[in-house]
Amino acid sequence: MGAYILRRILFMIPSLIIISMISFMIIQLPPGDYLTSQIAKLASSGESIDSAQVAALRSRYGLDEPMIVQYWKWISNIVFAGDFGLSFEWNRPVSTMIWERMGLTFAVSFITLLFVWAVSLPIGIYSAVRQYSMGDYLFTFIGFIGLAVPNFLLALVLMYFSFAFLGQSVGGLFSPEYIEAPWSWAKVHDFIGHLWIPVIVIGTSSMAALIRVMRANLLDELNKPYVVTARAKGLPEWQLLLGYPVRVALNPFVSTVGWILPSLVSGAVIVSVVLSLPTTGPMLLQSLLSQDMYLAGSIILLLSVLTVVGTLISDILLAWLDPRVRYQ
Amino acid sequence: MSETPLIELEGLRTHFFTDEGVVKALDGVTFSVPRGRTLCVVGESGCGKSVTGRSILQIVDRPGRIVEGRILYHPTPHETIDITALRPMSRQMRTIRGGEIGMIFQEPMTSLGPIQTIGKQISETIRIHKGVSKAEARNQTIEWLARVGIPRPETRLGAYPFELSGGMRQRVMIALGLCCRPKLLIADEPTTALDVTTQAVILDLIRELQEEMDMAVMFITHDLGVVAQIADDVVVMYLGRVAERAGVETIFDAPRHPYTRALMRSIPRLGGSREPLEAIRGMVPHPFRRPSGCSFHPRCPEVIAGRCESLDPDLREFGDGSQVRCLLYGSQTEAQQ
Repeated sequence: MGAYILRRILFMIPSLIIISMISFMIIQLPPGDYLTSQIAKLASSGESIDSAQVAALRSRYGLDEPMIVQYWKWISNIVFAGDFGLSFEWNRPVSTMIWERMGLTFAVSFITLLFVWAVSLPIGIYSAVRQYSMGDYLFTFIGFIGLAVPNFLLALVLMYFSFAFLGQSVGGLFSPEYIEAPWSWAKVHDFIGHLWIPVIVIGTSSMAALIRVMRANLLDELNKPYVVTARAKGLPEWQLLLGYPVRVALNPFVSTVGWILPSLVSGAVIVSVVLSLPTTGPMLLQSLLSQDMYLAGSIILLLSVLTVVGTLISDILLAWLDPRVRYQ
Repeated sequence: MSETPLIELEGLRTHFFTDEGVVKALDGVTFSVPRGRTLCVVGESGCGKSVTGRSILQIVDRPGRIVEGRILYHPTPHETIDITALRPMSRQMRTIRGGEIGMIFQEPMTSLGPIQTIGKQISETIRIHKGVSKAEARNQTIEWLARVGIPRPETRLGAYPFELSGGMRQRVMIALGLCCRPKLLIADEPTTALDVTTQAVILDLIRELQEEMDMAVMFITHDLGVVAQIADDVVVMYLGRVAERAGVETIFDAPRHPYTRALMRSIPRLGGSREPLEAIRGMVPHPFRRPSGCSFHPRCPEVIAGRCESLDPDLREFGDGSQVRCLLYGSQTEAQQ
């Protein structure tokens, strides 16, 4: 098991290198750079900027150098000094800006993931065991609605609901009086009170998908001969169900952690904007709009790293669950 | 044969309610399983032999269910439990399953849980039925693995099914079926998926354990070679009914039912004349198009014109205890339709 994990971690290194290159290329892809978009903005508001000053800024930020040199500067600072560069727009270190938002982003994502699992696992099992029952049809119906309704729409509806009927402040993760306040029990309480909307909104679509995954997997397993054997041993039905087919059906379920982790962070961009959540999503959007390349690049890099880490976690979980994977 | 049998099936009907219609997998099966002997149930694919075994344990998969008839289980000659009256998921039914009646299956590759160790799968059964401690269940598991001939059982306890060969897996299956010392072992084609050498070893093992534990075995197979090796009594099934029941010598030397005779003629023999092997003509009828009268008449070489198409024969008993369902031997009732 130890050797397996070590091998997987070693394999991560080349993928991370390639990912960092691609992330950098992506943020270089749009024509122009931060300065040209800044000049265009100034020009549209009637101001003009001295071309000598532009050239000075350009050389100061190293924007004239070839891409490979820029990439090296960027990545070597990250790897060796943990320095993600400066945000052009905010004139602050990217690492502090991301770090400020990362804690809450993680809290929201993690709680959402737990919520998604806690709900979809039992419902998936129920739907498979009671296939074609009223309950199965009901959950299938709700599931498809969850998949089909755009998240931002659901966000708007829930916001209206919480404002009109629960009297909560709209949007954000805190009531206005707590935003700048230091952490206290009252603030935590306020946070939890606000959390349910983003958790439901961000979680619904992956929840619906996971219910379908679990139901399909378990239906496949329920007809396998080993279930009959276990029944013929005299196992109580629930012990049989959880001990045998559900254990096997969990495999694909667990592999989904790999894609759920990054999608919880990035897939929530639009929802976060609508709900004005202080997470990384809206920051990514804004940085891409203004071509704030170090900020955008770092967030993209981070999301990619999360994908790789998510895959690693799911692979380790899989190996832990399924000896056939472990002993390859 | 006056002794109370272990299991009695009386007019058992198990039907499958599919979208296309009702499949009458068992259409009035009546026979008994004697104590401490080996009863082979033979027949072509789809004749209902596996469903019979599963009906006894009430583990017929949906959409199948027992619609009529009784299964009487006599744990001792003076006790009777009506299995058909128990709910399939009830505690008492679960006590019988695995505890009183063990079952082993055809596919050792797929019939064991794929990601659980064999030790867990066996000791779990022991713990359910005997209520012993974990350590004690572990010890008994090791004993059973050793008993069925698995080398180094203490280390094999932690092995997964995919690490074992087919023969070893079937030994594990047998240990699983026998670990609670059942009074009856239902073996559903346990050697079909194995090569001939392994098959012989497994058959020997089952016979040996049967004598040692004085248990009854109901052996479901389509392989008449296996029947000749282990059977005391034989039940021949055709289309969800018993065609003939007799001692193994009678079945091989003096079969009465034309279907049994046809089966016997279709066995290849070493050193026999080099003529093409005789096959039973025609095919097993489609389950929805069950022939009228005697269901075997369209394929029967000894069909009596004008009678077999319309008359449904009864099971008739002979002096030696054997039973035959055929108009050649008189007894009949008018067909229902």
